[in-house]
Amino acid sequence: MSDHWTERLSAYVDGELEAGERDALEKHLAGCEQCRAVLKQLHGVKAWAEGYAGQPPRADIWPRIAATIRQRQEGAVVEDIQVARRRRRRPSIRVPYAIAAGIALAAVAGGSWWLARATAPQPEPQVVAAFAPTTGRSPELAILAAEKYGGAIAELERALMLGQSRLDTATVRVVQEKLAVIDRAIAEARRALAKDPNSSYLADHFASMMRRKLALLRNAAVVAGPRS
Amino acid sequence: MRTLPHDVELSPTEADAVDVEFAISGDTQAFERLYRRHVGRMQGLARWLLGHDDVEDVLQEIFLRVWEKLHTFKGQAAFRTWLHRLATNVILRRREERSTRQNRHSGTELELDRTPGDRMTPELKVDIEAAVGRLPEKAREVFVLHDMAGYKHDEIGTMLGISAGTSRSQLHHARMALRAYFEA
Repeated sequence: MSDHWTERLSAYVDGELEAGERDALEKHLAGCEQCRAVLKQLHGVKAWAEGYAGQPPRADIWPRIAATIRQRQEGAVVEDIQVARRRRRRPSIRVPYAIAAGIALAAVAGGSWWLARATAPQPEPQVVAAFAPTTGRSPELAILAAEKYGGAIAELERALMLGQSRLDTATVRVVQEKLAVIDRAIAEARRALAKDPNSSYLADHFASMMRRKLALLRNAAVVAGPRS
Repeated sequence: MRTLPHDVELSPTEADAVDVEFAISGDTQAFERLYRRHVGRMQGLARWLLGHDDVEDVLQEIFLRVWEKLHTFKGQAAFRTWLHRLATNVILRRREERSTRQNRHSGTELELDRTPGDRMTPELKVDIEAAVGRLPEKAREVFVLHDMAGYKHDEIGTMLGISAGTSRSQLHHARMALRAYFEA
């Protein structure tokens, strides 16, 4: 074993040596038991670091994190309501229809994109990229996520129905219109996915619409929920 | 449409991907699962790059930042990789702030290097975790950034103000110091 070779072992472990140097090192390793032992240990160090799970903090900080998230969620809902009320005071703007139209545009943009994509492959248009769902996951995962949203959505729909009397009529109308638009997009995505079940894009699009519905219901349920 | 069986076993990466989907929709229980799955490793990262003093605060900041930024996670890389990048940014920024604050108050360099054993308690087992903590400062930082957070040597060089060659050399020294804990 010599310093010349041991100094290169880390780079070898990381696959960073040039071909010539790598070949020379491998030739050396074949005849040097000590270097082989060091190499094995270095692989051990690297594997430990990659798999290190660590210990949770001594004091559980999750309650603090959860409380801050809750405060921010409630703050966001209050802000949404204030914005909606300010807009409602302007007679020339029909806020609920504007919001619904915005979502419809997004859904239609997404839907149009996959319809166009199904007939002729083409580069992803910029306008759709802004609404594009997450990519790179397998269709199975996206579908699994979407299926799991189903249960949460049903629960929230029940909670919202019970708390609906606490919402003013304009808010109820906005929520219902938004839900109708999202439901149409979900149904469309579901039909497309039935035709092309291997499409990651469609699965992601479907999951994304379900997620959007879940987020809308969650926010509405927070507003309609019992005041503590 | 295909469906998956409800009792399907997910790998940690797949479980992360599903929980990320839920958390983006506002599901805090899914986010708690992500937190519990990763907080130990994040604590190691924070402790070894920052020292013990601010670890809980910085962990809270990391996970709140994750909650805010989760919708920007596109899924091209594993969630863990994305989390490491975000956490490292938070930790290094916190370290820079602390360094600036200390310099302003004391006019001296922040002492990040720890001599062997100065943080050890009798209860703390002498194991590889403790050995990582006893590495010289630069070797420890490079080891954590490269082998745990997944940064390349040129990125580490930029972050720490050293050359990529120095980063390689420090990594090798760190691994050589830790190798005794592993079977030859």
